[in-house]
Amino acid sequence: MTNQVKAPHIVKAFSEELEQLSADVAAMGGLAESLVSDALEAAATRDGDLAADVVARDVQVDAMQRDIEKKIIRLLALRHPIAQDLRVCIAALKIVSDLERVGDLAKSIARRVPTLNDSDPTAFAASVDRMGKLVLSHMHEVLDAYATGQAARAVAVWERDDDVDEHYNALFRELLRAMRDDPSMIGPGAHLLFIAKNLERIGDHATNIAEVIHYLVTGRELAPERPRAPRPEMHR
Amino acid sequence: MAHDTHPAPSTVYHPAPPGMDTKIAARDLTVRYGGALALDRVHIDMPGRAVTACIGPSGCGKSTFLRCINRMNDTIDTARVTGSIRIDGEEVNDRSIDPVLLRARVGMVFQKPNPFPKSIYENVAYGPRIHGLAAGKDELDAIVETSLTKAGLWKEVADRLHQPGTSLSGGQQQRLVIARAIAVNPEVILMDEPCSALDPIATARIEELIDELRENYALIIVTHSMAQAARVSQMTAFFHLGALVEYGPTEEIFTNPRDQRTQDYITGRFG
Repeated sequence: MTNQVKAPHIVKAFSEELEQLSADVAAMGGLAESLVSDALEAAATRDGDLAADVVARDVQVDAMQRDIEKKIIRLLALRHPIAQDLRVCIAALKIVSDLERVGDLAKSIARRVPTLNDSDPTAFAASVDRMGKLVLSHMHEVLDAYATGQAARAVAVWERDDDVDEHYNALFRELLRAMRDDPSMIGPGAHLLFIAKNLERIGDHATNIAEVIHYLVTGRELAPERPRAPRPEMHR
Repeated sequence: MAHDTHPAPSTVYHPAPPGMDTKIAARDLTVRYGGALALDRVHIDMPGRAVTACIGPSGCGKSTFLRCINRMNDTIDTARVTGSIRIDGEEVNDRSIDPVLLRARVGMVFQKPNPFPKSIYENVAYGPRIHGLAAGKDELDAIVETSLTKAGLWKEVADRLHQPGTSLSGGQQQRLVIARAIAVNPEVILMDEPCSALDPIATARIEELIDELRENYALIIVTHSMAQAARVSQMTAFFHLGALVEYGPTEEIFTNPRDQRTQDYITGRFG
């Protein structure tokens, strides 16, 4: 299914295990992405049941991580992969750890939905939702890049993460102003702020995954550090 | 000449490690056995005080290449060597080079340990004696002890130096043969699958020895074990069908090979 594993191995089972590994990581990515998507929808539609479902499904993401890690350890111990095969294993190990965090962050967003439902809807919810959709599109693109082995698509996402940061910074300032002007905004505002922060971190994980895909495909590290805008929390 | 009719093989060269000194340099090195082309215009610079691994499927020319360095191909009637191979700039194939003296400078260890049917002591003392490297018995004793110590065998054989070399275990015999090579002060040690007849513990001892020897010698090792090449060498050369396909630092060859054939071979995809 991917172009990561090129010609088959003389030992067929080795090729099959590597292909299965890539397929497992892609499936885990799909699940993590659906958690983010459902958490956003639960927040946008004030759907408490869907939010509870996201919290429950995060357990599956964790279980998949453990299962995939076990398979990687077995591959390393028994097959001694090198070159591109080693990169497939190392990339999988790194990506599942990012995906596990993405699942946790989606769960954390979903957990805030019932509390937000207790207060009146605010104009900011739509802005958070827009940011969420942007992050989700990055996740989706980066997982597609993994499945198809296209480093260029991954790098494009990596370069676009500034959009997410800018979105977050703007939202942060607006929410702070709104909470200062209207103390009744402090409760829902704080929750929205945490949701936005979680989304921003999901975006970071998407860029991490993009870096790993670049390494997986080319065998080279991406540039050492992506230029970053200053964080608004750090300034008054 | 047959190779004039087809283009020279193209080799992928990774950048050499900074400060690498060239000990052995081959240019257009070609070997034919009768009509068969065994090695096709190899161009390579190999470092001193380092281990270079030659890898590739059977019949790829890696052993033929190794045998050019100490002119072992002279012993095969049908073999014809053309092109150049130089050690410290000195042409190995030059008529003025005495193959016997050359083979003292370039020691060789084979797949199967081949001690002389003599005592452990005589196995090591023979070379220095015929090359006149020791002035007397005491000096010869010292060379034997030093060589056996460097080969990591002294402690095991110190009290039975006059027993036959063949009474030792396979791994010990291989270290005896290495001691024999060291005894004549070589500059280069060639090893043709030195561990393929040994168990994992004896193999580990030889690999540890190779790692120590590279402080003083240029080692070139032919091996079928990818893991061994990765463990012991600093540079790796991949041969295929008589051509040098890819050459560079071992880490690069094993993490990021550039030629598809290298990649397929080291990852176990060769048909």
